[in-house]
Amino acid sequence: MEKKYVKVMVEIDENGNKKPKTITFNNHEYEIDKVLDMKKAVSMKVGGIGERYTVRINGHETYLYFENNKWFVESH
Amino acid sequence: MGRFILHSDLNNFYASVESLYNPNIRNKAVVVVGDEEKRHGIVLAKNYIAKSYNIKTGDTVWEARQKCAEELVCVPARFDLYLYVSRLVKDIYREYSDKVESFGIDEAWIDISHLAKTYEDAVAIANNIRTRIISEIGLTVSIGVSFNKVFAKLGSDLKKPNATILITQDNFRDVVWKLPVEDLLYVGRATSKKFERARIKTIGDLANTDIKYLKLTLGKMGVVLHDFACGRDTSPVESIHDKEKIKSFGNSTTCPVDLVSNTEVKSIIYMLAESVAERMKKKNYYAHGVSLWVKDTDLCSFERQMQLSSPTNISEDIAKNCYKLFLDNYDWQLNVRALGVRVTNLTTGKMQYDLFESVNNFEKKQKLECAIEKLRERFGYDIIRRGNILVNQSLSSLNPHSDIHIIHPIGFFKAK
Repeated sequence: MEKKYVKVMVEIDENGNKKPKTITFNNHEYEIDKVLDMKKAVSMKVGGIGERYTVRINGHETYLYFENNKWFVESH
Repeated sequence: MGRFILHSDLNNFYASVESLYNPNIRNKAVVVVGDEEKRHGIVLAKNYIAKSYNIKTGDTVWEARQKCAEELVCVPARFDLYLYVSRLVKDIYREYSDKVESFGIDEAWIDISHLAKTYEDAVAIANNIRTRIISEIGLTVSIGVSFNKVFAKLGSDLKKPNATILITQDNFRDVVWKLPVEDLLYVGRATSKKFERARIKTIGDLANTDIKYLKLTLGKMGVVLHDFACGRDTSPVESIHDKEKIKSFGNSTTCPVDLVSNTEVKSIIYMLAESVAERMKKKNYYAHGVSLWVKDTDLCSFERQMQLSSPTNISEDIAKNCYKLFLDNYDWQLNVRALGVRVTNLTTGKMQYDLFESVNNFEKKQKLECAIEKLRERFGYDIIRRGNILVNQSLSSLNPHSDIHIIHPIGFFKAK
């Protein structure tokens, strides 16, 4: 498993809350159906600390992390 | 109302951060080392597996490899990353209290007297902080819970990793007094030798020693340490608001080679002073005092300070006085491994000139230094250097902007 930095389109509301809308992974853009949860968490699998967004993409749940102004996923 | 103080200590901080960010090395013996090329190649931190091979902080990489029966993973230190993680951890502490006082990059006191009514409450808060740091940061901490800072710190050292230790007014004689006196905050090597001569072996022995005798042998510090041993420490946890006020500027460096002469020490002091003075000028601060920190090749260190006749932010004034402190206090029993320069007792705003130094002279020096700083800003640090730094090729490779660390544990007494 590796730490893969990804491009993310984000909507930021008037209070500064971030809502990721799409992620680009291996040159494919994926739409995020829903953000299910957000909390501060560590990724022990690939090593990283930040805000962990639990997102649903095409019916699959996955984690998307925001760490030090960059986004990453735990990639197989 | 009683005080409830926590002292939280991140276990094996540098090595734990490296293991966190690199899952492949988690089950191996890991040491974090300085730059081998610049001869900072000593062990700065190690994980528990490396520790089990008796690898110690300060060992050279070569020594550490000799001791380790399995493959030893040596990773270079990444101070930026450690500072980033340290900040995230301290943000968690600040959710509980605005009285959070850092003690180095990996330790902090937290005053939770406003949240806890009993020791049970305080322990529950400590456990909550520990759990959060594991799930949010992926690191473990040991937390001491007590009624003063000294015992809280002692508690955090008692059980590692990932533990909460409670020291109360009722149990401190049982828990603390049997411990070796060296475990007490501010009992260093020199003090420890004096205690040895006086047959003071445990903290309990110290508490039961006649205070007049301690004053005679150790001076004021003897009284302070006796108070610590008896649980009489009323020093407050510094609030984060106090912290925002700048109290000192300091820079230190481990030299690429051990320093063997006064000339070499002088070169490094000038380099450190330049870097300190540059930061002072940017923030328009003047110092009334300077202090010099010296570490020898046995990793034994001391700090000496002096007051100045008039405030300054000129590197030459800072360096000249620090060099004097060095000459007055170092006996050259051993060579010098690391040096630090710090300025204290700061004022800001308009400068009051020394009666005997002309305004023109001071301003002339200041203009010259500003010109040098501007040159360096535009063309890089190496564009202009002092002649004395060129005497030793290894030293001239030192660049204060990348090699000097502004990571100082804030002294227990200095913080007050």
